Parts: sequence; C-alpha cells; structure tokens
Amino acid sequence: MSASASLKVARSAQELRRLTTSKLGWVACGLALLLVIAPLIDIVGVVTVHGVAALSGKLFTQTTSGTANGLLNAIEGTFIITLSAMLIAVPVGIGAGIHLSEYGKNRLGGIIRFLSDVLTGTPSIVLGYFAYIVFIIGFGWGFSLAAAAITIAILIVPYLARITELALQQVPNPMREAAYALGAKDHTVVFKVVLPAASAGVITGALLGLAISVGETAPLIYTAGWSDFTWDGRFTHAPVAYLTYVIWTFIDQPDAHSHALAYAAAFLVMLVVLAINIAVRLVVKRTKLA
Amino acid sequence: MKFRPFRVSVLLLSLLIPAALVAVVFFLVAYSGQAILFNGLHFMTQISWNLGDLYSDPVTVNGISVPPGANYGILVFIAGTLASSGLAILIAVPLSVGAAIFLAEAVPHRIRPALSMLVELVAVVPSVVFGLWGITVLIPLIGRYLSPSGNGYGLLAASVVLALMITPIIASTLYDALLQVPKENRESAFALGATHFEVVAKAMLPMVRTTLIGGIVLALGRALGETMAVLMVSGGGINILPTSLFSPISTIASFIVSQLDSAESDPTNMSVRTLSEIALVLFLITLAVNATAKLLSSGALNVRKRQS
Repeated sequence: MSASASLKVARSAQELRRLTTSKLGWVACGLALLLVIAPLIDIVGVVTVHGVAALSGKLFTQTTSGTANGLLNAIEGTFIITLSAMLIAVPVGIGAGIHLSEYGKNRLGGIIRFLSDVLTGTPSIVLGYFAYIVFIIGFGWGFSLAAAAITIAILIVPYLARITELALQQVPNPMREAAYALGAKDHTVVFKVVLPAASAGVITGALLGLAISVGETAPLIYTAGWSDFTWDGRFTHAPVAYLTYVIWTFIDQPDAHSHALAYAAAFLVMLVVLAINIAVRLVVKRTKLA
Repeated sequence: MKFRPFRVSVLLLSLLIPAALVAVVFFLVAYSGQAILFNGLHFMTQISWNLGDLYSDPVTVNGISVPPGANYGILVFIAGTLASSGLAILIAVPLSVGAAIFLAEAVPHRIRPALSMLVELVAVVPSVVFGLWGITVLIPLIGRYLSPSGNGYGLLAASVVLALMITPIIASTLYDALLQVPKENRESAFALGATHFEVVAKAMLPMVRTTLIGGIVLALGRALGETMAVLMVSGGGINILPTSLFSPISTIASFIVSQLDSAESDPTNMSVRTLSEIALVLFLITLAVNATAKLLSSGALNVRKRQS
C-alpha cells in the first residue's frame, strides 16, 4: 500500500483536466443510452398498463360499432390482411432471394439489389398512395382486402428477398458442389440442400415481414378503408378493418371507452411485434453461437 | 445455352421487385400529369393550399378542369418536413453517438447483448404506437412545461418523436462500426497514454466518421417519410409556415393521409392528382437522401480509402 502510494506523482493541471473531461464524457454517454432506452420502456409500460386494463372477453367476441363494443372485426381484419400479404410475399421474396444469392452475381443481380433497396427506402405512404391510384381508382376495387394485401406485400418483399439472400450466402459452397456432383438438378440443390441449411435465416425474414405487416398503418389507410363488420369473404369492393386504424382514430375521440379500445389495440399490436422481434433475436443469437 | 426452368422462374420472381418500383414511379407520374401541368413550378413555393369551391361547376384553366379558386401550394409541407426531420437529427445524433459509445466501450460484456437488443427494439415499435405514446405522455409534458400556449401539439413534439424513432438506426450503425475498429489502433492510442474516453473520442470516432454520416443520412431518409407518428402529434397545421417550436405543422407524408377525405370529394379529381404529385415529390426526396446514404456507406465517397 505505502509503496504504491509513494510511487504516485502529483497530477498536473492538464492531466486533471483530461481526466475530468473523460469522466464527464462517460457520464454524458451513459445518460444518452438511458435516454434512448427509457422511452421504449415507458412506451411498453404505458401501453401495457392501459391495454391490460382494457382487455375483456367482449374485445374478442364483438365487433366495433361506432367506437363502442369490441375489436373482433379489427383483429380478424389484421389477421387476414397479414395472412394474404404473406401468401403473396413469401413465395416472391424467397424466390427473389434465391435468384440473388444463387444466380445473381452479375450486373442484372446488382441492378435488382439496388432497386430492391430503393423500394425498401420508399416511404410506405407513397406505396399506399400508389395502390390507391391503381387499385382503388384505376381498377375500381374500392377499399378492399386485395388492395391492402398487395400493398403490404410490396412493402415486405424487398426485406424478405435481401434477408433470404443473406441467409443463403452463409451456406458453404462445397455443399452445393457436393449436391451437383451427385447429379442433383438446380431445384433439388436449392430446395433439398441450400434452403434447409439456411432455414433459420429465411424463417427470420418471414417473421420480421409478419411483424412489419401487423404494425403498418399508413399504406392501409388508403387501401383497406374501415369496416364495422367482420370480413364477408369478398376480396374486392369490401373494406376491411384493422387494428392500427383503431389506435390512431379512437385515441382522438373524447370518451374514455374509445381510448380504452385504442390502448387495447395498441397492446395487441405491440405484443405481436415485440414478441416476434425478441424471439427472432434470441434464436438468431443462439444459432450464431453454435 | 440450355433452358433451365428453375433458374428462369426465380429470375422472374426477382424481376417483380424492379417491376413494382417502376410501376410505382410510372403510375404516380402518369396520374399526376395534369396536376403537374396545372400547378407548374410555383407549386413548390406557394403557401396557400385551397381545394377551391367543390360545389360549383368546375372551371377550365389551360384546358384542365379544376374547381373554381383551387390553388395548390406545398411550401408549408416541405418546410414542415425539413424542419421536423432536421430538428429530429439534431436531437438524435448526440443521443445515439453517446449511446453507441457507451454500449460498445463501457457496458460489461455480460449485459451488452441485452442492452443492444433494447436499442434495436426501439426501431421496431410501430409508428402508430409511438404516436399514441406521444399523445398520452409527450404532448401533456410539452404542454405543461414548455409550450407558452399550453398546447403540446406541434413541431417540437413531432421532432422529439421522430428523434426517438431514428435514434436506433444511427446508434446501431455506429455501434457496429466501433466494434470493427482494429485492435491495433485502440492499443496504440492507449500506449500513448490516452484515457479510455480519449481513445474512443480521438482515435476511434474519426475512423468511423464516414459510416456515422452514412447512418445519419439513412436516418434522415426514414424521418422524412415517417407518417403516422408525425400525423398524430404535429397538430396538422396548414396554410401557415412554422414560426416557433410550438407551431402546428404538417409534413408531406402526414398531409397525404390527412387529406384523403377532402380529396375524394373533389369532382374534378384535381386534388387527388395533386396529392399524387406530392407523393412523387416525397419519393424523389427520399430517393436522393437514401442514395447519398448508400454512397457514403459503400465508401465510394471515402477519400482515404480511394487513395490506399
């Protein structure tokens, strides 16, 4: 103790200043991290407290009328919009990802990759307005499931394609060569060797697409419309309800019951989106470690 | 060359992506054609947005049928978009740089994955939930403590919500880049007697500067196109330019949503066409911004790299 103390040299003023600056710097950085995370925790807390308080059996068994009763129509609407969008987006996105990864190492592949990134960066409201012009006005479908599902699919496909491409790239080339050497055809190599090996990544992409679809609002306003009833089975000429619509319109109503429905809808949407994202991150981390 | 059905079919599937993008641009341009002719260039520089008298007979101007008195100016929305996104960047950059540094250098290894996941999760919270939180928590706070009029809706609320939404984009870009900095650079700085903070601030940050700027521009692209959260907290100001932090504003994106009902009631369809022109303007702005981000992050503009 005494030996190390005697070795200590008095610090100069400049050294002290540097040490103080560093300490203050760390404090500022720590505060910044806190300020980034705190709102997330507050959002989850506020929505959970209000949302759980608004949960009831009625929510899942009754449709909305005005701003009263339950959310059955919106829950069902979000479900069928998401399901239809995924039915379109999964084959297209995975197919595009296969092309980009397996046969896309050329100029055309580069162009597709670039345009795919442009589409990813396009604001969703622009896609929604495009769909409004083409499907609702041009084709005369009116607000409808088909228009909503296609719009959401356009939104998801570029994500899915790039995530699939990244996942397939991780599969080592000798596996493909071994399969080809055994006389396998292109589709056998992809479906029996490459895709199974990369399945975790591809499923991750599909799940993230699902989360985007459940949480999206802006493109649906111009395509799905709103309906107080459950889906009647028609793909066009019938507006569809969805959960995110409830959140942004009911919260502007003056009465407490509308607010309760908005929080319940927000809670359900947030639950799905966060659960998917947390699960995906935990699974991906585990496969990385293995 | 041999015909390979599988390769051709996945190629066709991947061509749907560029096809969708081309269709978006083509139909926006085609549909807004008449509006572009009618509005001309002063469209961008005029403040007044007036749908005209929708119940009178349409008048014909330069061969284009419009409601009498109609005038479409979008300067207010361009100003609202730039002001809210610019302020959001000003708030988000220091926050996310600090958070990324702390996460990469100061947090114990054991809890680092959990914290970095929390930061990433901020990015996946749906926009409309951010808007709900803004209305419930942020607006009353601003109204009570900051706004002279007691009304929390406006430019500041929109900027704060936008800043929270884009922080994870900048933070995770910088965090990844900081982890990539070669060990030798860190160690040489330590060997020169620098404190840990000086190592980060003076040896590591300059190395990742280009990546950081790329992340900031990417975040800007996201902020410019953000719709729902802004729509819910911005106060929806039209026909007046923002003058203070508490002025109600509209951004291009939020305005497109808020005008749906009134545009539909226009018998000449001119306001729907003009909204299409506005969507096209928004598309071009975000395209330019995202292209810049891509150039920056690909290193094409990195002078030092090009020389080596």
